[in-house]
Amino acid sequence: MQERLKELQQEAIQKIEQSSSLKELNDIRVAYLGKKGPITEVLRGMGKLSAEERPIMGALANEVREAIATILEAKQKDLEEAAVLEKLASESIDVTLPGRPVKVGNHHPLTRIIEEIEDLFIGMGYQVAEGPEVEQDYYNFEALNLPKGHPARDMQDSFYIKDEILLRTHTSPVQARTMEKNQGKGPIKIICPGKVYRRDNDDATHSHQFMQIEGLVVGENIRMSDLKGTLEVFAKKMFGEDREIRLRPSFFPFTEPSVEMDISCMICGGHGCNVCKKTGWIEILGAGMVHPNVLEMAGYDSKKYTGFAFGMGPERIAMLKYGVDDIRHFYTNDVRFIKQFAKHE
Amino acid sequence: MFVSYKWLQDYVDLSGVSADELAEKITKSGIEVEGVEVLNEGITGVVVGHVVERVQHPNADKLSKCQVDIGQGEPVQIICGAPNVAQGQKVAVATVGAVLPGNFKIKRAKLRGEESNGMICSLTELGMEAKIVPKEYSEGIFVFPQDAEVGTDALSLLNRDDEVLELGLTPNRADCLSMLGVAYEVAAILGREVKLPESDLQPVNEKATDYITVKVDANEDNPLYAAKVIKNVKIGPAPLWMQTRLMSAGIRPHNNVVDITNYILLEYGQPLHAFDYDRLGSKEILVRRAQDGEKFVTLDDAERTLTFDHLVITNGTEPVALAGVMGGANSEVSSDTTTVLLEAAYFTGGTVRKASKDHGLRSEASARFEKGVDPNRVRAAGERAAYLMAKYAGGEVLEGASEVDTLTVEPAVVSINLEKINSVIGTNLTVQDVEAIFERLQFAVNVEGNVITVTAPTRRGDIKIEEDLIEEVARLYGYDNIPKTLPIGSATPGKLSDYQEKRRIVRQYLEGAGLYQAVTYSLTSEEKAAQFALEKRDFIRLAMPMSEDRSILRLSIMPQLLEVLKYNSARQNDSLAVYETGAVFLANGNEVLPEEQEHLAGAITGLWHSHSWQGEKKAVDFYVLKGILEGLFAKLGLTDSVTYVQAKVDNMHPGRTAEIHLNGERIGFVGQVHPTMQKELDLKDTYVFELSLKAVLEAATASLRYEAIPRFPSITRDIALVVDKETVSGVLRDIIQTAGGKLLKEVIVFDLYEGERMEEGKKSIAYSLKYMDPERTLTDEEVTKVHTQVLEALKEKAGAVLRG
Ligand SMILES: [Zn+2]
Repeated sequence: MQERLKELQQEAIQKIEQSSSLKELNDIRVAYLGKKGPITEVLRGMGKLSAEERPIMGALANEVREAIATILEAKQKDLEEAAVLEKLASESIDVTLPGRPVKVGNHHPLTRIIEEIEDLFIGMGYQVAEGPEVEQDYYNFEALNLPKGHPARDMQDSFYIKDEILLRTHTSPVQARTMEKNQGKGPIKIICPGKVYRRDNDDATHSHQFMQIEGLVVGENIRMSDLKGTLEVFAKKMFGEDREIRLRPSFFPFTEPSVEMDISCMICGGHGCNVCKKTGWIEILGAGMVHPNVLEMAGYDSKKYTGFAFGMGPERIAMLKYGVDDIRHFYTNDVRFIKQFAKHE
Repeated sequence: MFVSYKWLQDYVDLSGVSADELAEKITKSGIEVEGVEVLNEGITGVVVGHVVERVQHPNADKLSKCQVDIGQGEPVQIICGAPNVAQGQKVAVATVGAVLPGNFKIKRAKLRGEESNGMICSLTELGMEAKIVPKEYSEGIFVFPQDAEVGTDALSLLNRDDEVLELGLTPNRADCLSMLGVAYEVAAILGREVKLPESDLQPVNEKATDYITVKVDANEDNPLYAAKVIKNVKIGPAPLWMQTRLMSAGIRPHNNVVDITNYILLEYGQPLHAFDYDRLGSKEILVRRAQDGEKFVTLDDAERTLTFDHLVITNGTEPVALAGVMGGANSEVSSDTTTVLLEAAYFTGGTVRKASKDHGLRSEASARFEKGVDPNRVRAAGERAAYLMAKYAGGEVLEGASEVDTLTVEPAVVSINLEKINSVIGTNLTVQDVEAIFERLQFAVNVEGNVITVTAPTRRGDIKIEEDLIEEVARLYGYDNIPKTLPIGSATPGKLSDYQEKRRIVRQYLEGAGLYQAVTYSLTSEEKAAQFALEKRDFIRLAMPMSEDRSILRLSIMPQLLEVLKYNSARQNDSLAVYETGAVFLANGNEVLPEEQEHLAGAITGLWHSHSWQGEKKAVDFYVLKGILEGLFAKLGLTDSVTYVQAKVDNMHPGRTAEIHLNGERIGFVGQVHPTMQKELDLKDTYVFELSLKAVLEAATASLRYEAIPRFPSITRDIALVVDKETVSGVLRDIIQTAGGKLLKEVIVFDLYEGERMEEGKKSIAYSLKYMDPERTLTDEEVTKVHTQVLEALKEKAGAVLRG
């Protein structure tokens, strides 16, 4: 009997090891450990044994059962794992196929530039001021020290609607309006972005409609050195920390002294290239100390208050920053163009 | 203004400062040098030659065979095609091995069988522009005066060994429209002296006033008129140095008298005019306004019709010059002229600007008058011109001048405190520093304590107020030397306004939803201006449009946005989503500013999803776009304020368009573009919206409050209703919501069926209703009670029955 049990154990273990599916394994379980299995049968014949032998045989039979069950379990685990692996293998996909595109649009490049500049100056305590695109002659010219008959306000250069109403030629009227609204009191720190219009034929470098962004600071102790410091912060943040700035004297009717700001060429680093016309410098903006006439007309005491103003063209900045070669791209709205300005930089 | 580096040295010592260095210094201290042109760049091997013999080329009618002495032993043979080549001439010869502009190398050659060892050059072949070459040499070679030395550098003789600085002058610096003005500027920059040109006039013993009387009837336009008389002039070429200086400045030489007036124009910035005295036909000059319709032939032989706005110089009756702009053909100096009447006058800018503009005659002279000449230099310029006419045209200058002078010249005297200078610039300059700067500028300066009083010379008409002095100090101190600081003083909060912030949120949201931002023009055509307008107003038309297409301010963004779709569709991009924010312009009456209303417009066309290898494709439809809008209103907290009302809008699909109402007010529309218009624009099905962003953002004032997350379960009941086909979902939803009361938390449409299995004229629409009480668990009975009310209301108000 003892031999028979050992034999059964051997036989079962061999079958378990050879089994290759969960079903086969289950059959083995039923065959050997089931109520109709050989071990049960062996135990059933225990009645013939002596009282001393019975417990020994019983124990042995249990031992055999357990050994078979343990191995069976282990095998089952192996087979289950194999089955899972096989299933997963069958589920494998081509990870190199493209993902499902998420539909996302993006800012127009001019908005991108304007928001970047706005944020930069907001960080320095400026507010964003806006004003009408159709303006009174007074705010567009007269309040800015451009009286009637001034050569810089040629009828040919502006889109007039009526004698005293025109499409603004710059965003400076917003400055005049803001100063007037503040009723001779400071401080003012504003940045004014917006559309402006001039009587130009549209070509690669001209557009009858374009953007401008101007800044104005008025206070009791505003110095030209403050303008220089502010413009340097702007230039470095906008065009890179290694940019240098250069101020050149210039002329605008609404500022005195007036300057133009160049930055060291970002293309060649200042050694000279085609973009900077071999000078190493690129003109970025015009600026100056607010002309006392402009302050006085807006109700400020020019003995007490000083201020600086600056203005630039987002198109020009975008053209320089991104290498765009034709201003008309900004107004054609070819999606192949606009799409290129999605990337964070 | 073109400034010859060599010529400038007549007035300022430039030793140790190259043209490039000078350009850099001038730019940095205020006048932009736009370029430095090296006149002889790329030219070598051109010498003065003497044509010792010229014969006809044996094989070619139009060629000459010349023997030319170039100072290198035996004369060389050169074949020349110029019609004006002649024996005895001194000419410019590009010798064998020479290089001419465009890297043109001169080689020994055979022309029609005859050897040619070099080339006799015209001025254009030497790199000069045709428009500055004297007329007599424009069709052929240039001929030097006989005293030119054979074998010497021809370019040097032509003053081409020079560099020319091109100044980009701002309107305030008209003083630098003259060599002397530039000299003062350069002297100030370099801290050197100015040498004034000589004018050692020896008049003959006759008086100009015996020859001519001057009368001015328009003193305001012409406060100073001085006429000098020079007799016995011999008209001929001006000296070569003068001609070449004119050419370097871009002016074509004519004859000695005319060239001298132009030379003084460049030197003093004072335009002069020379009349042929004998052709004036009177002994009188009368300056007056022209009569309306008066005719006058200018010296370019064009007949001009004048108006009262134009100032003319007359001989008492007939115009002989358009003041400050151009002389008349009737009194022009010619080769026969023997007596010259030389005009040195001050005409005001406005007068000259009007005339030059009306007649399209912008000249070197008019440009200077327009910007303002130095009132103190008018006579000096006339004197020097007369001196040069004596010297180079053999003339005899009569004593004095016949003059009318009502000009009051008061130099500007401006005082400024040192503190003001330092506080505006941000520097710590001393009184001595400031004084030194004004001395360099040759401004008279007087210091008392910290107050600096400056008398600006009349050539610097731009100096009027304290700030002008500050600018002079700042620029000569050097902008590079100004420190960099940031404004100090009370802090200002840097932030966007509520409106601006929300506008950014709108843009971000729409881009997140897949729309690209477009920026289009505000000006449009009459046809487009009327399309899609939310409000009908009068057109706002430009007084002088550049084209009909850009003549009226837009009342709607949509036509422009559809153009964007059309443009892209025509370039293989027929599935596209774009939006724009921007002003539209609503007229408010004639003499007042229009209302500018910020609008938001969006347009989607073609496929919404496409190009997926998983095979999904979805064309745009009304609900795609409405979903985007609903998301936007949800973002702005306006979901409950917005309703959509089926409507007819011009150029929109009559059955697929809704007005958007905000708190009951119509603020926009959404729907499909009318198929006829889609076809015209060659677009696939296109859905668009436009609304008043202003109205939306002003209404978007929702505050955010936390709402407890429900702790009790909800109960959902689904119903499928059969209703008349015309019954719209919005009406059913309203009925459900009203009847459901506050236990009803959510109503979702989840099915719509209008197919064959429905009875004629009916459709089925299914809703999912979610009931919940935040305070407790609802019982089935409670829900059933409310739900029954809902069903009854639906039946009663919309005839809706449950689908069997
Ligand atoms: Zn560069």
